[in-house]
Amino acid sequence: MSFLPVILWSDALVFLLLAAGIACVWYVRQREHLLLPWRRVAQSATAMVSLLVLSLFLVIGLLDTLHYRVALPERNGGETVYSPEVLSVFDKLLTPLRVQTEKTYSAPLAVTLYAKESTGDSSGNVVRDYPRLRYGGANLANVQQRDGDVLRRGLSGALAGLLAGLVFVFGGKRWLAQRGWPVRALLVTALIISVLAGMTVDLAAAYHVLGTDKVGQDVLYLSLKSIRTGLIIGTVTTLVTLPLALLLGIAAGYLRGWVDDVIQYIYTVLSSIPSVLLIAAAVLMMQVTIDTHPQWFDNSASRADLRLVFLCLILGVTSWTGLCRLLRGETLKLREMEYIQAAQAFGVSSFRILARHIMPNVMHIVLISLVMDFSALVLAEAVLSYVGVGVDPSMISFGTMINAARLEMGREPMVWWALTSAFGFMLVLVLAANLFADAVRDAFDPRLNRTEVAA
Amino acid sequence: MISYLIRRILYALPILVGVNLLTFALFFVVNTPDDMARMQLGIKRVTPDAIEKWKQQRGYDKPLLLDSAASGTARVTGTIFWQKSASMFALDFGYSDDGRSISREIATRMGPSLAIALPTFLVGLVVYVSFALLMTLFRATTLDLAGVALCVLLMSVSGLFYIIGGQFLVSKLWHLVPISGYDGGMGGFKFVALPILIGVIGGVGSSSRWYRTIFLEEIGKDYVRTARAKGLSELRVLFMHVLKNAMIPILTGVVVVIPLLFMGSLLTESFFGIPGLGSYTIDAINAQDFSVVRAMVFLGSLLYIAGLILTDISYTMVDPRVRLQ
Repeated sequence: MSFLPVILWSDALVFLLLAAGIACVWYVRQREHLLLPWRRVAQSATAMVSLLVLSLFLVIGLLDTLHYRVALPERNGGETVYSPEVLSVFDKLLTPLRVQTEKTYSAPLAVTLYAKESTGDSSGNVVRDYPRLRYGGANLANVQQRDGDVLRRGLSGALAGLLAGLVFVFGGKRWLAQRGWPVRALLVTALIISVLAGMTVDLAAAYHVLGTDKVGQDVLYLSLKSIRTGLIIGTVTTLVTLPLALLLGIAAGYLRGWVDDVIQYIYTVLSSIPSVLLIAAAVLMMQVTIDTHPQWFDNSASRADLRLVFLCLILGVTSWTGLCRLLRGETLKLREMEYIQAAQAFGVSSFRILARHIMPNVMHIVLISLVMDFSALVLAEAVLSYVGVGVDPSMISFGTMINAARLEMGREPMVWWALTSAFGFMLVLVLAANLFADAVRDAFDPRLNRTEVAA
Repeated sequence: MISYLIRRILYALPILVGVNLLTFALFFVVNTPDDMARMQLGIKRVTPDAIEKWKQQRGYDKPLLLDSAASGTARVTGTIFWQKSASMFALDFGYSDDGRSISREIATRMGPSLAIALPTFLVGLVVYVSFALLMTLFRATTLDLAGVALCVLLMSVSGLFYIIGGQFLVSKLWHLVPISGYDGGMGGFKFVALPILIGVIGGVGSSSRWYRTIFLEEIGKDYVRTARAKGLSELRVLFMHVLKNAMIPILTGVVVVIPLLFMGSLLTESFFGIPGLGSYTIDAINAQDFSVVRAMVFLGSLLYIAGLILTDISYTMVDPRVRLQ
């Protein structure tokens, strides 16, 4: 089957970020003094465990970023026609979850729909009963076998996960220990993850592990797809924030004078507008532009995607002011230091002083503030989508999931699984990000005086 | 003091002008009124007549910046910029799409917003500071560690979860208070209790941790050692000395939000059906009522700048070394 790779705007930005990330890693690895704080991070058990969890999310997000369009079987005069539906590699891996949609709500691991329906039996009588699901538990002859089957599948999955995890543990133990990383915490986490993954994979083969939503889509699939949206909001935004804050902040602090006045004025104006309102106003205007120019987009996926990119842009433009203020303050302090004055006395140009002497010395502030902002942005996405100024309603995200499931709390019996899954996945992602950010801050903040343990 | 205040207010003017220009650019230059009309009337079947009528109803059928057809002052006053943007300085916000005066709506909706936001703010402040002081008292023990862990956990939970979970638990499961609604006077207590509780809980994580950092920084200073050396109890040192000296950093973060309390909270108000400014804004966003959103942006920055000035004044009250000149 042939396919056509598709690179959406957000994909391109993610690849750009990835390349920048790899370049940074390579740069830092060459330099012992830059590596030192990262060694401190690597020694912290919480940091490494949350990094492990985060990288799992990251892998899912990256797989979900490789998009393509499948070729349709019919040909248009020898020319291959591609399906308008944009899929990702991750979709391909989860094809059963994606296509096996039920009629409407069903509870986690259920074999029947959650509401009774009238159906005619073979002799023509109308029976009101819970109809069986099309896919969930379709392998079972009758409903009573469910508990045994779930238990069996759960146990066998857990066992398979445990075995795979143990192989991993014995392979990785030496390697981890050589590096002085927290071996036990990491291995226990890896074991837990592999057991959970094994159970999920085995159960998902026959059931909807987290139930289905109103239109019968698998909630597990939706939750996993939401990860990419959350990660993009949290990371692509920094592509906007970082250059703005870094350039303007350092320029204001170093050049002073009218440059400082202008930059201060700009960020005071921007930060004096409550951020939700500014974002709402900007997104409303973006909606007008998108709606009045339908010719810009060849399919709905690219429209939803461009809206996501614009949302990141807007979030970036409204949130660079805090970091800019910090950098300006730090630069004001740094420019009075002796080594800067020495450089000035040697006749080094302003640009070179900024690039060689000031910038490296404010990078810890940049790094700390970026990792701290990530979790806030993931949380903000949900709130903004609820307010109606978030991602496109057709894009799967935690916000749209919560928004769709919010009114279901009032139903009898209650539909709790969609909300719980969205909040649960979000909690794990944000908690891991917060813990990691704390560790990074502790390792990089020069105010915390510590005795350096050279590795 | 008076002259300082006047100067501060004069300094605030250029910022408000900037905000005004920014909203003007955002709402009228990025997209022309024609675009907005087309969007609101539906993209496909829209006639030029309908667009003209839509613009005329809202007063958008004028030139943007300069009316070259008119003469004298009317060249400036007969424009969208003058009538829609500059008039906001006189607190004249015009009319919303359903024809009501925005200024009057703001005046009537401030009360309910304040009824939720003010108690949340006051109760929250007391709870957060006490919790942070407790953690500081037991610093570097398991209790402190558990407190910080709890804070990080609470911080990582979405604000929407607190509201939905709280409504479910308190209103639906325990039937303690109605799910949503609002009533003025004493009868309104049952409506505002839950939003206030949820608002306080929602902020515990980040605020308490922030205050704890402030207190820990303060506790390493020399005067604290002196106080301990005099034989004062740890509680007395914390509450009498550390708390007082930590006032400046606390006030920096706290006073600035006081005027913004009038704006209410978007999420809380819309979930609990409280007829305040927050739900007004959300309704306007959903109905794409641009004039209301514009008014709210301006009002928000006005209140924020008022908060900044109040912050400066509050410094003089807690720290006699600070003089405003």
